[in-house]
Amino acid sequence: MRERTLWTLHLGAGGLVLVFLALHMAIMHLDLTGGPFGVAGAKAVDWASVAERAREAFFTVTYVALLGAALYHGLFGFRNILLELNPGAAARRAIDVGLSAIGLLLFLFGAWVTLAAPGAASAVGG
Amino acid sequence: MAGTGARIVTFHVRRYDPATDREPHWEDHPVEVTPGMTVLDALWIVKEAAPTLAWRSSCRMGICGSCGMLINGRPRLACNTQISELGTNVVAVAPLPNFGIVKDLVPDLAPMFEAHRELMPYLLRDDTDEQDAPTREYLQTPAELEAYLQFSYCIKCGCCMAACPTLATDAGYAGPMPLTQAHRYDCDSRDAGFRARREILSGPDGPWHCHYAGECSQVCPKGVDPARAIQLMKRQLVFDLLHLRRGHAPASLAAPPAGTPREGIAAAPAPTVAPPGQGATPRSPGEAVAPR
Repeated sequence: MRERTLWTLHLGAGGLVLVFLALHMAIMHLDLTGGPFGVAGAKAVDWASVAERAREAFFTVTYVALLGAALYHGLFGFRNILLELNPGAAARRAIDVGLSAIGLLLFLFGAWVTLAAPGAASAVGG
Repeated sequence: MAGTGARIVTFHVRRYDPATDREPHWEDHPVEVTPGMTVLDALWIVKEAAPTLAWRSSCRMGICGSCGMLINGRPRLACNTQISELGTNVVAVAPLPNFGIVKDLVPDLAPMFEAHRELMPYLLRDDTDEQDAPTREYLQTPAELEAYLQFSYCIKCGCCMAACPTLATDAGYAGPMPLTQAHRYDCDSRDAGFRARREILSGPDGPWHCHYAGECSQVCPKGVDPARAIQLMKRQLVFDLLHLRRGHAPASLAAPPAGTPREGIAAAPAPTVAPPGQGATPRSPGEAVAPR
């Protein structure tokens, strides 16, 4: 059961990453769609606009969700590559535990950065 | 030779006898090739010069699946491969990769059939009595037959397993043939074994390590398309996890045709094996029974 569930989550995470990447491109790199995300006439990629978005709950949620989806999708793919090297049972267990720990640590760190961003932006005058 | 279209082709044959050889080696054997000659025909000529050369073959017509081997770097059936279609003056023949070697061109297919057996490639139903001693037929529409027909053409030759890049490194992967056959029965409207197979397929022995290289389908001599079967199986299993899979009740038994004229229809041959629990002496194969 486990492999099927993990693989289905891998697919779901891939779909989510695609959605968030499309959103990222639309906001940051396309003038037509990114215009409204600029603050007070600034471009969407300007620091003031970035700092402003960091304070909005919608963007905080999407940043954390993108972080989680990208980490899961990438690390699960990496796990598949490692498992194709035909590791033994103990090595397989070590791969699972090791990658899960790395993923969790990176996610916690990234989520902390995202949640701390509004305060940091204010501190530097954003 | 003039006018017959014959030419000399060198057969570069990989030899290995685990009883005497430390590692495989190659031998060259020139063979006078005539139009229409297959690689299997040529191997019989090679055997005249190398009597200990071993390979498997039986039907000589692409049905039994015995003579799968690596011919010019591609898994093929030796009986189904015309030498002329290879277009080379040197034909390299080796055992199927991704298997152990029993001897020379004979691969050890036991792991493949073990994985095949584990995935229960047969009809799983509650009415075992009916299956052991059939009294009627299971109802199946042409559309229901189409759902699995292509996958039922598999002859278990192992060519797909030899071409699979995942299996080349991942010994735990079940491989294209067993997975395709599991899917073939999961798609069969007469079968009720999806849940039982799901227990195995949802784990590490399932289709999850297939990354759709498609080599299995490229080399399949029967056009079975195992890569497609494996992707369909993944979809079926994921849909099942998400409760989106449309299940089906196993096909019911058809009533015997009533009022259909039976005259002129040849009687079914007598069973050569007695049904379980009946100690009756089996009839001879040619002996007919009266039509029901």
